[in-house]
Amino acid sequence: MSDQLAIELVGVDKRFGQVHANKDIHLKVRKGSIHGIVGENGAGKSTLMSILYGFYHADSGEIRVDGKPVSIPSSQAAIALGIGMVHQHFMLVENFTVLENVILGAEGGALLAGGVSRARAELKRLAADYDLKVDPDALIEDLPVGLQQRVEILKALFRSADILILDEPTGVLTPAEADHLFRILRVLRDEGKTVLLITHKLREIMAVTDEVSVMRRGEIVATRQTSKTSMGELAELMVGRRVLLEVEKGPPQPGRPVLTVENLTVRDTRGVDVVRNVSLEVRAGEIVGIAGVSGNGQSELLEAIAGIRAVTSGIVTVDGTRVDLARAGTDPAAMRGLGLAHVPEDRHRMGLVTRFPECENAILGYHRDPTYGRGPFLDFDRIRNAAKTEIEKYDIRPADCMLKTANFSGGNQQKIVLAREIERDPVILLVGQPTRGVDIGAIEFIHKRIVALRDAGKGVLLVSVELDEIRALADRVLVMFDGQVVGERAPETAESELGLLMAGASGQEAAE
Amino acid sequence: MTAGQLPRWVDYGLMPALNVAAAFLVSGLVVLLIGENPVEAVKVLVWGSLGRNEGIGFTLFYATNFIFTGLAVAIAFHAGLFNIGGEGQAYLGGLGVALACLALDRYVPWWVTLPFAVLGAAAFGAAWAFIPAILQAKRGSHVVITTIMFNFIAASLMVYLLVNLLSKRGSMQPETRTFESGGRLPLLQDVLPGTDFGSAPVNFSFLLALAACLLVWIVVWRTRLGYEIRTFGANPVAAVYAGISPLRITVVTMLMSGGLAGMMAINEIMGSQHRLLIEFVSGYGFVGIAVALMGRAHPVGIVFAAVLFGMLYQGGAELAFEMPTITRDMIVVIQGLVILFAGALEHMFRPALLRIFGVLAARPAPAA
Amino acid sequence: MFETLIFVLDSTARLSTPLLLAALAGLYSERSGIFDIGLEGKMLGAAFAAGTAAALSGSAWTGLGAGILVSVALALVHGFACITNRGNQIVSGVAINFLAMGLTALLGQAWFGQGGRTPSVTGDARFGDVTWPFAAELRDVPVIGGLYSELLSGHNILVYAAFLAVPFSWWVLYRTRFGLRLRAVGENPGAVDTAGISVTWLRYRAVICTGILCGFAGTYLSIGQSASFIANMTAGKGFIALAALIFAKWKPVPVMFACLLFGFLDAVAIRLQGQQVPGIGEVPVQAIQALPYILTVVLLAGFIGKAVPPRAGGTAYVKERS
Repeated sequence: MSDQLAIELVGVDKRFGQVHANKDIHLKVRKGSIHGIVGENGAGKSTLMSILYGFYHADSGEIRVDGKPVSIPSSQAAIALGIGMVHQHFMLVENFTVLENVILGAEGGALLAGGVSRARAELKRLAADYDLKVDPDALIEDLPVGLQQRVEILKALFRSADILILDEPTGVLTPAEADHLFRILRVLRDEGKTVLLITHKLREIMAVTDEVSVMRRGEIVATRQTSKTSMGELAELMVGRRVLLEVEKGPPQPGRPVLTVENLTVRDTRGVDVVRNVSLEVRAGEIVGIAGVSGNGQSELLEAIAGIRAVTSGIVTVDGTRVDLARAGTDPAAMRGLGLAHVPEDRHRMGLVTRFPECENAILGYHRDPTYGRGPFLDFDRIRNAAKTEIEKYDIRPADCMLKTANFSGGNQQKIVLAREIERDPVILLVGQPTRGVDIGAIEFIHKRIVALRDAGKGVLLVSVELDEIRALADRVLVMFDGQVVGERAPETAESELGLLMAGASGQEAAE
Repeated sequence: MTAGQLPRWVDYGLMPALNVAAAFLVSGLVVLLIGENPVEAVKVLVWGSLGRNEGIGFTLFYATNFIFTGLAVAIAFHAGLFNIGGEGQAYLGGLGVALACLALDRYVPWWVTLPFAVLGAAAFGAAWAFIPAILQAKRGSHVVITTIMFNFIAASLMVYLLVNLLSKRGSMQPETRTFESGGRLPLLQDVLPGTDFGSAPVNFSFLLALAACLLVWIVVWRTRLGYEIRTFGANPVAAVYAGISPLRITVVTMLMSGGLAGMMAINEIMGSQHRLLIEFVSGYGFVGIAVALMGRAHPVGIVFAAVLFGMLYQGGAELAFEMPTITRDMIVVIQGLVILFAGALEHMFRPALLRIFGVLAARPAPAA
Repeated sequence: MFETLIFVLDSTARLSTPLLLAALAGLYSERSGIFDIGLEGKMLGAAFAAGTAAALSGSAWTGLGAGILVSVALALVHGFACITNRGNQIVSGVAINFLAMGLTALLGQAWFGQGGRTPSVTGDARFGDVTWPFAAELRDVPVIGGLYSELLSGHNILVYAAFLAVPFSWWVLYRTRFGLRLRAVGENPGAVDTAGISVTWLRYRAVICTGILCGFAGTYLSIGQSASFIANMTAGKGFIALAALIFAKWKPVPVMFACLLFGFLDAVAIRLQGQQVPGIGEVPVQAIQALPYILTVVLLAGFIGKAVPPRAGGTAYVKERS
């Protein structure tokens, strides 16, 4: 590691409309080092890297590469400056060969023949130098993801990148593949390349980086030498000391089980088991929180229980009725019929039809309910009246049930969903990220509602990446990591211990 | 969230109006190009289509076709589906109408035949839409391509049927025998007292078309099924979350769409031609695309757009007579331009409007 | 019997030519991720322009130039709508078909007053048949004579151009930088963008290629195969070409075989019109005419192989907002 800087960012700032994605970023990355950037989802890491790679343009601030101020208006400019990027979602053409993917954009002439043979030789050399062996004539779609990622790295090296940015590179890798990747990264560093590793996994930061910067809510809050910090410190920096969320609630009075999940496994389209053999139980009158860094299977777990996502195996019992999810297939309406309500994580994508007026969203999923009309017809007077009642009860603003849903603020949109699901008087409520993108006032309101539901003797299964929220609301905390429930703790457990469990440390490591 | 938003009246009023205006402006340029005066041409067109009772009658006759085919395209739009197969579905619908009429016309009055003809039209049209629908829902083959293919298959099938099976004995004409009075719908002027449309063929089906508009409006905006259709069209992920079956909605919507397209044949076959003949659809199925786009897929908008295209068809005939250089092909040009500007280029003016309204909105901001 | 076969194959070549040119045209656009159901319209516009320019100038080559120019202009309208304005590619294609159908008939009547036809042309204003060396001498040699003199020799230059366009397109697609990028942008525009290549400009070049080849196709119809433009003379050929393109799974050499098959079906249908086939009786010509469409639907349904369109086809490219 030298004192020369490969990259220096001075006061880089970026907004998307109302969202302040990057605030006054100052960052120094030493030449020939592996520099980690760690932070939760939505902390602004990807945006920052996209600015470095010319995908977005910063609103203000300066970028220096090798000490010289530069402007990076396009990916082409970034490549010319020796910056290469391995995207979280691979930018590969699946029905192309490895070789074709590598030379795309760097063909070396109007005809392919010359470039291809040169590239073949170059790939051979790179494979030898960096231990990056891939069959150049294999089709990408036939390769496992680990090898696909290797192709992405080769693409960058083929363009003689000196600075390599990797965005969440281990998200799709098995532990063994991840270890191999880290070996490659170390070789690259030893050959004088600079590596920027973006991740939310603390263990990886500790394992492979020389220095680490922590991002939180669009800002860089700290930079440390990896050898002089600990997972505990980083976890705290990452989560931050937020405004303490005080939720008034008495002790729980758990009753009969209202939701039981047995051996639930979900395989995604890539063939990866994203939920692995999860079993859990929620009793009437308690809130069970699932803590975890996002992307560890919580979202899929909720969707599977709600009957939206197909499972490989798993039995769910709602209020005494057993459903073999693998055999029954996806049928969210049937699950609703059993008394299960679901506030999905992503209200824009799933929970709302933003093009509809508010009152039409107030019946989404319950539009077959006889209270909303006779026979095949919908009675809009009743729908509007019901919506108005909910608007009043949940203080949804503006109080206009005919307004297009897209025109409500995030907090009010969330209240629309919450009102819809809670007012159905469910036995069990699944709720994902209830306060993501929601203002402080609405957060308090939403939390009170959830606790009130519990006190009314209902079960609540809460998924949130906000540890504070879990600690404030839940009566029991389950921690999920890599598709599995890795531990159960009381909500009073130290934040650092929970943070370590979330980061994939074993229970013993965490307790120490 | 608020960035990139326009006031409601701009989004739903000004922008569509600008799009249609652009289409007609370019049409005017085409008229100039062939050396005629566009203003004069519009005068002739409007006079020809609305100036006399008979002209109005023809306008409404054409509009009847376009209401049906426009509704067919529109209802599919609501489910996020693009049915280009209206042409073939209407053609098959004609077969359904003709079979009902040929079977009954000698024995019963028209009002007994009509329900069977409607059923035949809708059932045959729907059947022709069913295969593309099920192929999209189950096997993922795109409904756009399959409905195009089915238009051509329909054309071949109908020629075969008309030449080999349905034509009058001893006749070389590829058409059925002419229906007796039990297979003919009364003219509108005979149904609505006090109206007079001269020799125009506008008939009872016009009322049927208006009823279909009402029905479509009720189905789409007042029933649980319509709610599911609109949800699926606007946000398929939310639809699945809400327990709505994509397969069911795709098939049911396409059946309704095909049925509506088939209904067009009531007007042409039972209302005007009184026999099934080759190529009677003559592009009206495609006009439905322009009508649906221009009418913003809403029945009221579709009625207006259909009447406008009815005016173009009738006034265009008049225009071709007065100004022989402007043939009826001008209508096809306008149709193309409307589809281009109101459809493919519908957001062309958005950036400019955003800038204008952005400036207007920003001005009072410092004071606030 | 052999003569009939040669005759049918000869008409197959003639009838396949416009399909082949149009299908290859569509290949460029669709492989770049821009669906094009407006092949029909571009062909028609080109046919009209070629007929008009050839009649006015007396030169077939001027006709070809005009045909290409008009077809490319229509292709650019499609590009402007779908690439720049991110409009619906299907809607835009439909619009272009109607625009071309209406404008050609309208302008044809306004300018020439012959019911939408352009004036008939002869001599240099048409692409005449090219007779190969020794074709006359070899005519009477059994088998080879028929094949050489009737089937290979005696077509106009656009027919040969169409069949040469097949290996040429294959070469462009698989052996040039442009082809590599073209195939890439239709599958994953993000990969192209992050490689520092402009998606917009690449796709515009693709639709221009489509325009050029549709220009050839239309020109062949009006001043190659016939002697003038006739209103709506494409008569659905653009859609058969589209069907052939899908049937061939968007690959150049299979496109040729698909077009030959569809052209052959057409030739057979013409040959069988009103004839009694021993043992079968009168063959319904319509069944043969509908066969290309039926085959395409069956293929799309996945019953014979699987036609997987370019993955990014039909959607405009929008940079992700993380």
